[in-house]
Amino acid sequence: MNSNNVMTGRTSPRRRKSAHFEGAIVKWIFFGCATLSILTTVAILVTLIYQASSFFFEVSLWEFLTGTRWTPILKPRAYGVLPLVSGTLLVTLIAAAVALPIGLMTAIFLSEYAPDKIRRIIKPILEILAGIPTVVYGYFALTFVTPLLQGIFDNLIIFNALSAGLVMGVMIIPMVSSLSEDAMMSVPRSLREAAYALGATRYEVSLRVIVPAALSGIIAAFILALSRAIGETMLVTIAAGATPRMSFDPMESIQTMTAYIVQLSLGEAPVGSLEYNTIFAVGLLLFFMTFVMNLLGFWVVRRFREVY
Amino acid sequence: MESNNITSGQLKPRRILRRTIGGFVYGLFLLSVCVGIVGLLALLYEVLTTGLPWLNWQFITDYPSRHPEEAGLFSALMGTVWLMAMTAIFTVPVGVGAAIYLEEYAPRNLFTRIIEINVANLAGVPSIVYGLLGLALFVTWFELGRSILAGSMTLSLLVLPIVILASREAIRAVPDSYRQAAYAMGADQWQVIKGVVLPSALPGILTGTILAMSRAIGEAAPVIAISALVYLTFIPSHPMERFTVLPIQIYNWVARPQDEFRGLAAAGIIVLLVILLSMNAIAVFLRNKYQIRSEE
Repeated sequence: MNSNNVMTGRTSPRRRKSAHFEGAIVKWIFFGCATLSILTTVAILVTLIYQASSFFFEVSLWEFLTGTRWTPILKPRAYGVLPLVSGTLLVTLIAAAVALPIGLMTAIFLSEYAPDKIRRIIKPILEILAGIPTVVYGYFALTFVTPLLQGIFDNLIIFNALSAGLVMGVMIIPMVSSLSEDAMMSVPRSLREAAYALGATRYEVSLRVIVPAALSGIIAAFILALSRAIGETMLVTIAAGATPRMSFDPMESIQTMTAYIVQLSLGEAPVGSLEYNTIFAVGLLLFFMTFVMNLLGFWVVRRFREVY
Repeated sequence: MESNNITSGQLKPRRILRRTIGGFVYGLFLLSVCVGIVGLLALLYEVLTTGLPWLNWQFITDYPSRHPEEAGLFSALMGTVWLMAMTAIFTVPVGVGAAIYLEEYAPRNLFTRIIEINVANLAGVPSIVYGLLGLALFVTWFELGRSILAGSMTLSLLVLPIVILASREAIRAVPDSYRQAAYAMGADQWQVIKGVVLPSALPGILTGTILAMSRAIGEAAPVIAISALVYLTFIPSHPMERFTVLPIQIYNWVARPQDEFRGLAAAGIIVLLVILLSMNAIAVFLRNKYQIRSEE
């Protein structure tokens, strides 16, 4: 290390100068690294918009956003994205119906009820759940959950929104619970103690004091989890089917925006063709939907945070 | 509050009611915790019972085949190794560099704030969108083709926010007294970072990097956009060759209607999960070791 030299005062002016020079260069390199993240966002926007624009030269934005038929590969071709959007929303709604209540209750349990020992067992299990690749969830939905559901519902076909949505719900439980738990953990102890001192029971403290106090964080957790569900790809590609359909019937096969992008990518559509550019138009829409939700999530946290 | 109206006569039945509700709600919470655990157990049970009969050494060392008995995942396994190694090479220096800048150098101004929001937002961009970015930017415009290089650059952008966030946390955890001690010895800022901050933050950075890589290993969607579906019976020997990875091979098998391929998919999933769990175990081990040291 150079510090020895500095201590004994034997640093030659030239060495100190070169060290200073090195420090300045390094600073600029690190600055470049940090700026790369902004370049990434710019690159995403530029490539998506550029590629999608050649699509929108041939298909009007209006037709794309309001059309109710999506058959870009089959004749007669139609480029209305709404069936893909409705498929995406259907799966997301089913997932939300599972993950939001269960994730929130899990968070309350972990934050307000569970003793430290049990927390230490449950948290790693949830972390494993969050770390399992989505292909695996797709396999699970298709080979385990769908046959199980077919035992209950006779009219359920192999590829269906219900099974994909339920499994996606389980998949995002850890995200909802860990973000909500963080929010509840940051509620000051004094609020809990005050409520207990007034004679409130544990569930009253949890539901009437802690949850309202942590509400901004919980809502942000919900929004971010839903944004994750909208962008989820492999699970719905495997289990939800490849039939773009304007329907909110969970028993049927549908296609999500993400699944369409994968389906077309698999086929290696010729670069520059109209089909090839459809995936960028769909991708751009997907990016905007998740972008708005993510910003909304951050905004809710900042705007409605209770300051203690 | 209603407490004004409550007489001693009314108090007792309400207490019983509240206790009953409390017990009921507690049961509900407990049940909801079980959903996640039961889901995980069912998933592992299904994968193990279907996959174990197909799992043997030959499965690991064979190439994909149309005949399920002869099929293996060697090319996918090697593709994953290639892709991960190159992704790590791209991601770690840039991610750590960005974290150092944000923690040690960045002034508190609007530009820094924008970078921070941007990093958080990038972490929420769907992975398939990164796939589209890589397809347009690296595969087509940079003319890298559907190569390992294009794939690893795409995955690097995908996991960069995770590495940055984890490294920042590790750097922030280095006590300020360390820095002040080094400055007091006459070190300049870069010497402090190089000699004191980075060595102390290294275990944390390593843990974050391993976790980010384990996220990248499981990603199929962006890699499909880059590599499409290929049938490879060779191992890539340089970064410009085509490739396939474990999750894509698994998807390929799941997508086939025959039951035998489901078994292969499950066996592939076991291999993937074993890799992921060992990476996580290493990360946890590093984290624990580091925590013990810092408490001394």
